[in-house]
Amino acid sequence: MNWLVAAPILIPMATAALTGLAWRSVPLQRALTLAGMTALLLAAIALLLQVQHGRILVMQMGGWAAPFGITLVADMLTAIMVLVSALMALAVAVYSLGDIDPVRARTGFHPVFCALMVGVGGAFVTGDLFNMYVWFEVMLIGSFVLLALGGRKEQLDGAIKYACLNLVATAALLLAVALLYGVTGTLNMAELALRVRMVPNQGIVTTIAVLFIVAFGMKAAVFPLFFWLPAAYHTPAVAVQAIFAGLLTKVGVYALLRTFTLIFTGDTGWTHGGILMWIAGLTMLAGVLGSLAVRDLRRAWSWQVVAHIGYMIMGLALYTPLAVAGVVFYLVHDIVVKTNLFLGAGVVRRLGGSADYAGLGGLFKAAPLLAVLLFVPMASLAGFPPLSGFWSKLVLVQAGLEQQSWAIVAVALVTGLLTMALVGRVWAEVVWKPHPDGDIAGTAALPAGQRLALVAPLVLLSGITVAIGLYAQPVMDLSSRAAADLLSPEPYIRAILGEPPPPPVLVGELP
Amino acid sequence: MEIVLAFTVGALVAGSVYLLLSRNLLRLLFGVILLSNAVNLSIFLVGGLTFGAPPLIAEGRSVLEAPYANPLPQALILTAIVIGFGLLAFSLVLVYRGHQEIGTLDGDALRLAEPPETPAAGGGATAIPTQDRSAA
Amino acid sequence: MMNSLILQTATRLLLGLMILFSVFILWRGHNQPGGGFIGGLIVAVAFALHALAYGVRAMRKLLVLDPRTILAAGLALSILAGFVAALGPGGLFANPYLEGRWFVTYTPAGEKSFAIGTPVLFDIGVYLVVIGGILAMVQGLMEED
Repeated sequence: MNWLVAAPILIPMATAALTGLAWRSVPLQRALTLAGMTALLLAAIALLLQVQHGRILVMQMGGWAAPFGITLVADMLTAIMVLVSALMALAVAVYSLGDIDPVRARTGFHPVFCALMVGVGGAFVTGDLFNMYVWFEVMLIGSFVLLALGGRKEQLDGAIKYACLNLVATAALLLAVALLYGVTGTLNMAELALRVRMVPNQGIVTTIAVLFIVAFGMKAAVFPLFFWLPAAYHTPAVAVQAIFAGLLTKVGVYALLRTFTLIFTGDTGWTHGGILMWIAGLTMLAGVLGSLAVRDLRRAWSWQVVAHIGYMIMGLALYTPLAVAGVVFYLVHDIVVKTNLFLGAGVVRRLGGSADYAGLGGLFKAAPLLAVLLFVPMASLAGFPPLSGFWSKLVLVQAGLEQQSWAIVAVALVTGLLTMALVGRVWAEVVWKPHPDGDIAGTAALPAGQRLALVAPLVLLSGITVAIGLYAQPVMDLSSRAAADLLSPEPYIRAILGEPPPPPVLVGELP
Repeated sequence: MEIVLAFTVGALVAGSVYLLLSRNLLRLLFGVILLSNAVNLSIFLVGGLTFGAPPLIAEGRSVLEAPYANPLPQALILTAIVIGFGLLAFSLVLVYRGHQEIGTLDGDALRLAEPPETPAAGGGATAIPTQDRSAA
Repeated sequence: MMNSLILQTATRLLLGLMILFSVFILWRGHNQPGGGFIGGLIVAVAFALHALAYGVRAMRKLLVLDPRTILAAGLALSILAGFVAALGPGGLFANPYLEGRWFVTYTPAGEKSFAIGTPVLFDIGVYLVVIGGILAMVQGLMEED
């Protein structure tokens, strides 16, 4: 038994309970959140060390053997995702010290933030499809509360749209899970992998797979199901925006990656090469064009969240070892960069007094070091070598060329080019152009403690982006190993169901 | 019986789609309620229907004896109902607060987060009003 | 707040009864239909009724604790209930999280007379979470009026 597998759920959950009990004292809540997220990071590092040599950690909750109980399982992909999300949680927790005012803190920012991390961690470690639905909902209800926290009109407007569209997505996910249970008689993902192959009518499995694409795709904000994202992501507090942009959609991508390498591999020509490929290309184009159409920094980054989901879906659609490794690499890169971009936009808005291009400018004159710091995630977003964005795009494009999928490669390159245009535009509007109100104050104008809380996460995340760029090979090695595990899932199945896996019962003979 | 339930699910979904297409946010939420009920019924349906055989271990026995009803769907449905209840209660609070603050239930009138683009009169980005400077 | 004499009198009577009934439901939920969730719902409905009859401020006073504190305490209790399994046989952390641990007393004749275990603790946690969560929402909905 290894309790480390349950740590991504238990640590944030305990932190949520403790911060909830301490809701009267804002400093205590902050200290508890920081301590909890640090513990989560340490546990995530320990988890990665445990699985790095191909070991798969499994825990059957409550001692109920798979496939009857709920299984928690951690393989390489899970460990990588948990580590990156723990890092983001810590960075955002530090940023929130300078960003979340005591009023918002007293209305429950800290407990709900931890609850959101419970959902994220749970979705990564669970080995049961229905349980995954439950963690998605935990995440969703946490995000509802965080979005509405503060209660400005603009926020309520965004939260209502977000809530309504996500409620429909929830129903779709539940229906997909139910139908899959109906044809296979199990919800354990490892056993599902064995049983879906034995379903006599494979057409039904493909239909259910498409329903899963719709459900998870809505969570991941892919074309044409992404409209809730640009409607809502720019409205809440900066710390909330950053954690949403960094993690929430990526959990959807993770779920797609897991289910479409483990369970739905029967008709890859149609599901992967057909539907997912089209979705990938259209998501990239729609996202990047949207980001060029708005004149607001935070809204531009929101659209960019959508655009870069497309790259990850493209890797999954290509479905080769190199492409899937590229997806894992891209997930790591994108989570760091998107969190960083939103945190940076928060600082820019604080200094410049606006998020509109028209009300911004003069940043280079006011805070040259900060401008350089912001350049790192922006350049990585556009794919400048040698930053992380360059390598992750390179791997995906290479995988596309190997498969001779010229169209998707062309779309990926055009999207990269347009992203570069956006970055150039943002740089000109925000950093170089003189500020409309004359000179603005630099970061030195902020109180020392707040300055540290706001800038330290930017330094950390930009440092990670540079480090991934300079030492791309170790990250690529980890990603390749995670991809190899995903594409040959037999050890995963054996680790959960025991050795040898019990022969699946023929379907259609349910009690 | 399965056929009857299947048609019920279909009718519920049809009703919910009709409501979801409404501009009124409250109707939209009612549509979501119907949809989640339809999904719960379909979980019940796919689990297989068994009449009059509750999955309870008889007095004096130690194992379940066939035939018995599939006990899993009720656990799944209960979880789904609980989650749906929580999400829906929160959404109702949200729409209610939205109605209080913004003063409308018309989905089309909600343009605060995404203000309609004003045609650039004076040329370029400078013509766009910096509407949220005060909120900074 | 409705300000109706009938409702207020009935509520005073019903509140205690409903709380008693909810404890009964919580306790019986172990081997029969019932449990923490349903019990918690009954308590929440009782307090919501009180809020309707006497206003949300009176309800909050009667509750003593803030609903959010109740929620967090319930969550903490449920988490702790799972951790009892860590102490189990075979060494520290040898058994999976949430595995049931039981305390059983026997009659002189050797029959089981009374058994209480960590699942009950977990259920009490759920009971508190449901009460706290729903009352927090009720409070949020009724405060503005």
